[in-house]
Amino acid sequence: MVTYILKRLGYIILSLFFIITITFFLMHAAPGGPFASERALTPAIEAQMNEAYGLNDPIHVQYLDYLVSAFTFDFGPSFKYVGQEVSDIIRRGLPYSLVLGLEAMFIALAIGVLLGVIAALKHNRFGDYTAMIIAVLGISVPSFIMAAVLQYIFAIQMQLLPIARFETFAHTILPAVALASTPLAFIARLMRSSMLDVLSTDYIKTAKSKGLGQRVVTYRHGLRNAILPVISYIGPLVASILTGSFVIEKIFGIPGLGNEFVVSVTNRDYTVIMGTTVFFSVLLLVSILLVDLVYGLVDPRIKVAAKGDKG
Amino acid sequence: MNKILEVKDLSVSFDTYGAEVKAVRGVSFDLEEKETLAIVGESGSGKSVTAQSIMRLIQMPPGKFVNGSILFNGEDLTEKPEKQMENIRGKEIGMIFQDPMTSLNPTMTIGKQIAEGLIKHRNMSKKEAHLKGIELLKLVGIPTPEVRINQYPHEYSGGMRQRAMIAIALACNPKILIADEPTTALDVTIQAQILDLMRGLQEETGTAIILITHDLGIVANMASRVAVMYGGKIVETGTVDEIFYHPKHPYTWGLLGSMPKLDIEEEELQVIPGSPPDLADPPKGCPFVTRCPYAMSACTKQMPAYTNISDTQKTACWLLDDRAPEVQIPESAIVGGSEINA
Repeated sequence: MVTYILKRLGYIILSLFFIITITFFLMHAAPGGPFASERALTPAIEAQMNEAYGLNDPIHVQYLDYLVSAFTFDFGPSFKYVGQEVSDIIRRGLPYSLVLGLEAMFIALAIGVLLGVIAALKHNRFGDYTAMIIAVLGISVPSFIMAAVLQYIFAIQMQLLPIARFETFAHTILPAVALASTPLAFIARLMRSSMLDVLSTDYIKTAKSKGLGQRVVTYRHGLRNAILPVISYIGPLVASILTGSFVIEKIFGIPGLGNEFVVSVTNRDYTVIMGTTVFFSVLLLVSILLVDLVYGLVDPRIKVAAKGDKG
Repeated sequence: MNKILEVKDLSVSFDTYGAEVKAVRGVSFDLEEKETLAIVGESGSGKSVTAQSIMRLIQMPPGKFVNGSILFNGEDLTEKPEKQMENIRGKEIGMIFQDPMTSLNPTMTIGKQIAEGLIKHRNMSKKEAHLKGIELLKLVGIPTPEVRINQYPHEYSGGMRQRAMIAIALACNPKILIADEPTTALDVTIQAQILDLMRGLQEETGTAIILITHDLGIVANMASRVAVMYGGKIVETGTVDEIFYHPKHPYTWGLLGSMPKLDIEEEELQVIPGSPPDLADPPKGCPFVTRCPYAMSACTKQMPAYTNISDTQKTACWLLDDRAPEVQIPESAIVGGSEINA
């Protein structure tokens, strides 16, 4: 087990190296720089700024500096916001995105799995059609439209929930639902098809032939086997949902992390780009690792430890 | 002998897109206490549907009972509410499926899978059920059952899984065991072991067995009576001796003729040419008519009634009618000693 995890951590560092390298060169290949703005600086000032932030160094020196700073998680100051460290920016936005993301994850998983199971059990009947209509809507309606519709119904018409900002729990409900709608729909469809597969297997017949009731058969024998594809989907989902959504944050006026991802790129704020990229990648790679470990717990056929020890 | 199961004129259909597939069309048979009844027939003859109907394991819809009854202890199983069926399944009737690789839940230990029925029907505690599980695994010949009980199906070989399935099916001492091609997915040496095991357990527990198979060698080894199914109907039924030595139906002849023989040198294996009828549009007359070398015009028009050959043997064939020409049983269907004891 330990060998396996160490090996996987090694892979994570290797992947990070490639991600950082590619990001660095893409970033520099894009025209413009952090100090290019509408109000042109005098050449002297610009040269001085470039010198101060190390942008005059040859590209390979800059690249090495970057690698070092990335692996020490010290990304330095933002180019754009004077006096702010990259880590401050992430630390400032993360709590909002984290709360929102966790709430959305919970909604997407709970309701998605439930809808999928109902659809599978009521296959080709009313319950199935209803659940699948919800799922198709969730997938095909873009989140910004979903957000606007939710705001209109629940905040303006019914006056039940606050329309924007992030202050109390009530404020988080609408953005979390809007953020959850797409993954919810995806999980529902995933769950439905895998549950249908599982319900037609022989071991479900065996379970029934023992005289177990419908509910026990579905939940004890069906669910655990059917949920495996959903678990593998959770890995990438965690990373993307916890780091916030630019669109949802803009609409609901939430100072989350999603905003920083987009703004840092348009600003060519090199250190912030690198910081957010590394942060996202680490989150993604670690959550994929965790999902793999959980997979081994749910499905005894997958022997995480044995594979790692051998190879 | 007491009849414990009477299937009367059972018809089961499946609604599919555009057609109603009549998988079982008026099947009647009885099962007596402690006996082994074999239902033989090729794929698609309706034998598995018949077996799963007894357990009510057919998905409804698309499946449905069209007609007939299944009497167990005098109660009609086709009309029992689902809740009451749960007390029949596993407790009164156990079932073993064809493929042990897929019939056990991969994410649950063998012990838990055995314990479920015991906890439900015998009101055992988890601990009691665990101990009983070890006992059952020992009974079905699994070595070191104390260790094996905590393992998952993928840690078992195919033969061992089928042994575990037998342990599950027999956990609550059911009166009837339905074995749906229990050895088809196993290799030959394991087949013999599993069959020996089933026979031994039957002697010990007195369970009646309905054995579904297409392997006549197994029938000869295991069964006391045989029902031959074709096209959703039983075309011939009788004791093992009657079916093997005095078969009257051309389909039974065909089946016997298709058994590989050791004492005769054959260039090719014998087959029954053609394929079984489409049960979405079953023929009006005898379902075997298109493949029967003795088919007459009457055969296409009406299904023949059963002719009683003896107290135990019944055959549905127009050849047994007084007006039909005399037909000799083909030489290929004459069974010598060698294959019966194989």
